[in-house]
Amino acid sequence: MEYFLQQLINGLALGSIYGLVAIGYTMVYGIIGMINFAHGDIFMVGAFIALIAFLILVAIGITAIPLALFLVLLIAMLLTALYGWAVERIAYRPLRGSFRLAPLISAIGMSIVLQNYVQLAQGARVKTLQPLITGVHTLFDFGNRLVVQISNIQILIILTTFALMTGFSWLVASTSLGRDMRACEQDLKMAALLGVDTNRTISLTFLLGAALASVAGIMYLLYYGVIDFHIGFVAGVKAFTAAVLGGIGSLPGAMLGGLLIGLIETYWSAYFSVQYKDVAAFSILIIVLIFMPTGILGKPEVEKV
Amino acid sequence: MSAARSEKSSVLSHALKDALIAAIVAFGLFILLLGFLIDDMRGPGQLIGRPVLLASVVGMVFVGRFLISLLYYNAPALRYWLGAIWAAISAFARQYKWQLLALMFAAAACWAFYSPRDWPLILIIIAAVFIGVRFGFSAALLVVAILFPVTFYNNPYYLGIAIIILTYVMLGWGLNIVVGLAGLLDLGYVAFYAVGAYSYAIIAQTYGWSFWVCLPLAGVFAAFFGILLGFPVLRLRGDYLAIVTLAFGEIVRIVLLNWVSFTNGPNGIGSIPRATFFGIPFNATDEGFAARFGLEFDPTHRTVFLFYVILALALLTNWVTIRLRKLPVGRAWEALREDEIAVRSLGINPTNTKLTAFAIGAMFGGFAGAFFATRQGFISPDSFTFPESALILAIVVLGGMGSQIGVAVAATVMTASFELFREFEQFRLVIFGFAMVGIMVWRPRGLVSTRDPTVFLKERKTISANHVAEGRG
Amino acid sequence: MTSEPILILNELTMRFGGLLAIDNLSFRAKRGDITALIGPNGAGKTTVFNCITGFYQPTSGSIHITHDDGEKFALEKLPDFKIAHRVHVARTFQNIRLFPGMTALENLMVAQHNTLMRASGFTIFGLFGLPIYRRAEREAIELARHWLAKTQLTDRADDPAGSLPYGAQRRLEIARAMCTRPVLLCLDEPAAGLNPRESDELNVLLRAIKSETKTSILLIEHDMNVVMEISDHVVVLDHGKKISEGTPEFIRNDQKVIAAYLGVEEDAVEAAVRA
Repeated sequence: MEYFLQQLINGLALGSIYGLVAIGYTMVYGIIGMINFAHGDIFMVGAFIALIAFLILVAIGITAIPLALFLVLLIAMLLTALYGWAVERIAYRPLRGSFRLAPLISAIGMSIVLQNYVQLAQGARVKTLQPLITGVHTLFDFGNRLVVQISNIQILIILTTFALMTGFSWLVASTSLGRDMRACEQDLKMAALLGVDTNRTISLTFLLGAALASVAGIMYLLYYGVIDFHIGFVAGVKAFTAAVLGGIGSLPGAMLGGLLIGLIETYWSAYFSVQYKDVAAFSILIIVLIFMPTGILGKPEVEKV
Repeated sequence: MSAARSEKSSVLSHALKDALIAAIVAFGLFILLLGFLIDDMRGPGQLIGRPVLLASVVGMVFVGRFLISLLYYNAPALRYWLGAIWAAISAFARQYKWQLLALMFAAAACWAFYSPRDWPLILIIIAAVFIGVRFGFSAALLVVAILFPVTFYNNPYYLGIAIIILTYVMLGWGLNIVVGLAGLLDLGYVAFYAVGAYSYAIIAQTYGWSFWVCLPLAGVFAAFFGILLGFPVLRLRGDYLAIVTLAFGEIVRIVLLNWVSFTNGPNGIGSIPRATFFGIPFNATDEGFAARFGLEFDPTHRTVFLFYVILALALLTNWVTIRLRKLPVGRAWEALREDEIAVRSLGINPTNTKLTAFAIGAMFGGFAGAFFATRQGFISPDSFTFPESALILAIVVLGGMGSQIGVAVAATVMTASFELFREFEQFRLVIFGFAMVGIMVWRPRGLVSTRDPTVFLKERKTISANHVAEGRG
Repeated sequence: MTSEPILILNELTMRFGGLLAIDNLSFRAKRGDITALIGPNGAGKTTVFNCITGFYQPTSGSIHITHDDGEKFALEKLPDFKIAHRVHVARTFQNIRLFPGMTALENLMVAQHNTLMRASGFTIFGLFGLPIYRRAEREAIELARHWLAKTQLTDRADDPAGSLPYGAQRRLEIARAMCTRPVLLCLDEPAAGLNPRESDELNVLLRAIKSETKTSILLIEHDMNVVMEISDHVVVLDHGKKISEGTPEFIRNDQKVIAAYLGVEEDAVEAAVRA
């Protein structure tokens, strides 16, 4: 029981990270209908930027952790958002309205570029960060050293994700940018005809998606303390799986999918085998899609004859 | 006069403005990742500043963007001149076709006279040019492929690259059936390549059967896996199918990595039996190929043999695809890519049609895998990762979906440039990635985007890409 | 040759969530006839087509087809492609669905898929170019040539379907459906978007199909010139219900139909129905 609860907490923390990355996939897919394969690498770039920013802050003497974290968050979101914007501008905008597979290949190209650029710039070896946020709280004590604990970093991850999700849902539901985004999602051409600046809306979508991915990158960095240029691929595939599982195009779906993938992975590792945790996640994706072809919260596709 | 000057200066100031913006963005992008290096060697958390690197990269972006902007704003004039020059050259070449050929022949003769060792290279060039002029580009390509080992017999490095290229040509053609003809987006094609390689390796090692027995078996196993995957998931559409095939590819790789008792896990399978010349091994013994045919032993014999094996396999793939396109099943694939609902209204079972595309594509992937295993003598899960699938898909899309010749050219260009610039490592990969983006922006539908009809009443007219659908499956 | 009607719809109902698209609809189409299905927009005509051709599964009710030799088929349980393949029901679409990147001839060849598939020994004979397949392909091209001539598309046979003008695309879709050798041809607004001359040519084509083949036709059409001129029997739908049925002459003068088309208030129509 205590083991089960402990894994629940671990799974939620991991799932929150996946969920934040999944939002970027789902938003871009919703608006321009493409799989942004470079998004996982944006997440990785975000983690690197955060690490370097933190080291710079330490070097110039800002060591108070809450302040440093806040600044790192700000810098990383800003600069990573710039990466999101640049990728869209270079690789996707010239292909708008083109053949469906062209942006996909272009995105794969961008993903190769980002990975190897980071490897060139920072080397292939893993980079580490000593644990910044320590301390655990015991939630339940069953005696005999059977305890359920939640660490401060897990609390931070879950709370930040929750806050960002709330803020983001509000943004999509109640601001004029959100309205433009929803209009573009329904019908890009019609939205443009009605005076929505679609290029700007799409750019902002990429900016926001990248900013959220950078937060996920920071969380990953704080949680695991180890990053390399390759983390983007695995996390990207998982997050995209999460987005599809939840129903691509749906924001709550992305979060739900992220949490599910996180939980499946954690429980599978805990009770069966660590090696096959990804197989479990992917198999569940396949099974869910067979029975719900548009994901859990996706709108069922009505076949128009 | 003054109007022209002010126009010129406004072009200049526009270009400068663009360049400045680009430089600012570049500064934002690179300040942390290029401006600083995390130096773990000196201890945890050490940073090294690299202001010179940062400044030079930002400067390069500034200059590059400035030049591009200048070109862009002057594009009409530039396009006019380039077009005029090209038109003049091609008109000249068309008018004096035979004279030019004769001139080339003379030049080749001179070359052969002064450097007799190069005659095979000269031969291949002359043959390619003549065949190309007479029978077209595909025929020239085929002649080059057939003569290649003759020309480069003494250059095992080039032979090796040529074998890799042909493997990718074959993989591209195999995936072209699924993506190009049937319009089904498959991001996990490498799984079938892996199944072929591992089934060959395991069967050949366990039972000691020869390459020519194991090859069809590997194809059958891969096709079986294609059906196994396809059966439940082929009613998914578009990107859902894409992610499921990607997931399937990862599942196969992870299983290969972790089922140690069967696949030897991450260490891979070594000492896979080498291909034999229909039972005669390529070694220095009395039973070997060289001794049997009265030749001096030379390891290149095996390489040349492998070259012709993969050439034959690739041509088989091509021949089958060309035949299938003209058969009802091939037409049904293309129809499915165009409009699935209409296909169903005509009494065609969409699931079976997709399954055959999946299975046949997978089978050729399996053949290629078996070949890969016997060529390398060693396989491990590292050879079957997602980037490999992405590369094969990129070959198909860059070549032009459904076009056999386009895929062959794309495979050649991509693989060759990839292999030849190996010393540049990551740098070449960055450029490679940008090249993929660039080609897509330049030709979103690939090098050859037209479609040849499979049957005609009076005349065969090439169909422009505007009409050809890309498939939603 | 049996005298049974080719098509019998019995108490067909189709519900989408809360929306009742077809409400307890029954009618018959006589063998060899042209039966027209008319009604205002949103009356549920295309839904009836989709139920007959298997693209939708009806909520309840039955659809029966009887072949010339007396063989009977229950369509409500069969998937779409089996209805086309086994029962030989062909259809066209309201928003034309050709294979735009394939030539007109190729479109007609795809329509003969099942015949050719059998002749190609499920691809094996075909792969090696055996004579049995080559003969079948020649015959298929002949059939295609016949229907291209009938639809005046012979000159455009080698052009991509997507490049044809609108009217030609409509005709090609009919030719493609005919190449499946259907017993029942369902045409969804074949005259939509045609100019008067093209619409007259369509009448000629449909009459030719009626007189020269054994194909019965079920037709959805808004163009009353076409409906009145060529149909033998007319069924009128409104709000998913059958409100009238009879010869074109009878329908033309039916008050209920006129009320439905002029959009009179609901109760007025009901009064008319009762009357």
